[in-house]
Amino acid sequence: MTPVLDVQDLTVYYGKRRALEGVSLTVGRGEIVTLLGANGAGKSTTLRAVSGLVRPERGRIVYEGRDITQAPADAIVAAGVGHVPEGREIFPEFTVLENLLVGGHTVRRSQVGERVDAAFELFPVLGRRQSQLAGTLSGGEQQMLAIGRALMPRPRLLLLDEPSLGLAPLLSREIFRVIQRINDSGVAVLLVEQNARRALALAARGYVLETGRLVVAGPSAALAADPRVRTAYLGLDRARGGAAG
Amino acid sequence: MRRAALATGAVVVLGLPWAVPRYFVFLASLIVVNSIVAIGLNLLSGYTNQLSFGHAGFLAIGAYTGALLTIHAPALPVPAALLVAGLVTAAVGLALGIPCLRLEGLYLAMATLAFGFVVVEAILNLDWITRGNDGLRVPAARLGPIALATDTARYYLTVAVAALLILAALNIARTRTGRALLAVRESEIAAQASGVHLAAYKTLAFVLSAFYTGVAGGLFALVVGFLSPDSFDVFLSVDFVAMIIVGGLGSVPGSVLGAAVITTLNDSLAGFQNYRPLIFGAILIASMLFMPGGIASALRKLSVAGAAGYPGTAPPAAKPRQGDDP
Repeated sequence: MTPVLDVQDLTVYYGKRRALEGVSLTVGRGEIVTLLGANGAGKSTTLRAVSGLVRPERGRIVYEGRDITQAPADAIVAAGVGHVPEGREIFPEFTVLENLLVGGHTVRRSQVGERVDAAFELFPVLGRRQSQLAGTLSGGEQQMLAIGRALMPRPRLLLLDEPSLGLAPLLSREIFRVIQRINDSGVAVLLVEQNARRALALAARGYVLETGRLVVAGPSAALAADPRVRTAYLGLDRARGGAAG
Repeated sequence: MRRAALATGAVVVLGLPWAVPRYFVFLASLIVVNSIVAIGLNLLSGYTNQLSFGHAGFLAIGAYTGALLTIHAPALPVPAALLVAGLVTAAVGLALGIPCLRLEGLYLAMATLAFGFVVVEAILNLDWITRGNDGLRVPAARLGPIALATDTARYYLTVAVAALLILAALNIARTRTGRALLAVRESEIAAQASGVHLAAYKTLAFVLSAFYTGVAGGLFALVVGFLSPDSFDVFLSVDFVAMIIVGGLGSVPGSVLGAAVITTLNDSLAGFQNYRPLIFGAILIASMLFMPGGIASALRKLSVAGAAGYPGTAPPAAKPRQGDDP
């Protein structure tokens, strides 16, 4: 079966600086795949390249058998790729409802209403706060809003960039449960996470990026047992978890 | 509270011509015209971060279009003439906006600055129709059987048109297109990730901005009654930028307040022409230092401080990202 996402030899430059070099990865239908790595390793860049926010220098990105390497960002969204950007990037001066409506920009007008209802069903707290300004939401609610907004066009692939960043442990557990539920409904997920332990527990497979190159890839269990991953990411994770929690 | 304030404002605006001398009615008309320009400029600069130093050029195109229509097609009702002035200017905005998509910041400012100069040169060179430096006298426009021959009549016309345009700008977030435009202001990345075509909406901002300024130009021609190219010099463009910075970037009420402050200042400083740039420069620097969100956000902060602790009135923190739930 063809994967939902097939990235081959992706190379991205920011000006003269190389951010990604020859990265290849796949996400299967209905699969959760995680992308691990330190800050600046190129995780966010990978997601941005897939959703058309940055143009790769070289390589090929195929989504559901269609080459989207040069496609504009709005066409990629319409094709079924949802992106929850790093730092959530909600629209702070918009109400919760307006945020969702912008998320439904590519959705046919007659269907927007039911999509909003579906988002409120997944995140009841958003329904209760629908006319509140998004900037006044708590961090966890903002993350839910960002995810709800990305789900408006009913994507079949969801790119999640650090969904638990800055959240208290209890809330990040909640977010991970939500990701599992979204995946249960058949949406494939490519997850970028600092919290490697939790990401590997959720994902079937993982990739590790180091300064723009893939260094390790494999099933989550194998990654969790890999000594390089253990020292560099799970060890780091423990120190971070202690400081943040 | 809000309703009472609006009602008071409406009474003041509508009753003004009966309470103040004629000259102030003229000045008030000018403030209203400039408010429309400031809202238009804010649609571009405040919402999509594209700074323009060429809006005097758009104003000139609208003004000359409106004036020439009034002269050569006197049967055309005023609203139609203003609409055409807006549409012609919007078309020019489209033609300028597309190449400007590739430019940002300083380069965009320079390109729009150049556009302003080109418009003035064009007016001078098309003297067979614009009368060049001699200037163009604009006859009183007609609205059906009524000739808009008095300052008061022209004032009410500008107020009516401005009310429509302000209402449209305030309700822009109710439409799909308007929301997408504002989303670009809030977060370009998230707007793109939501499927908003960035280039299309940045161009749309240029077109809308030019339309507003073009309509304002048509009104300007009627209010002032005489057009010459030197009314549309680069300093006027700088004044417009000053209006939205002093008033508040991205704010409709701020645009009106900024237009009122700058227009009034311009008028009261008429006797000190040589010191004008100095005083304006000082005001700009001071408002950027001490009032970065302009008058609009300073007023909002004051009213929040007055109603401290009252939930729902507090403006959101700039961009809370890492807030934790208890």
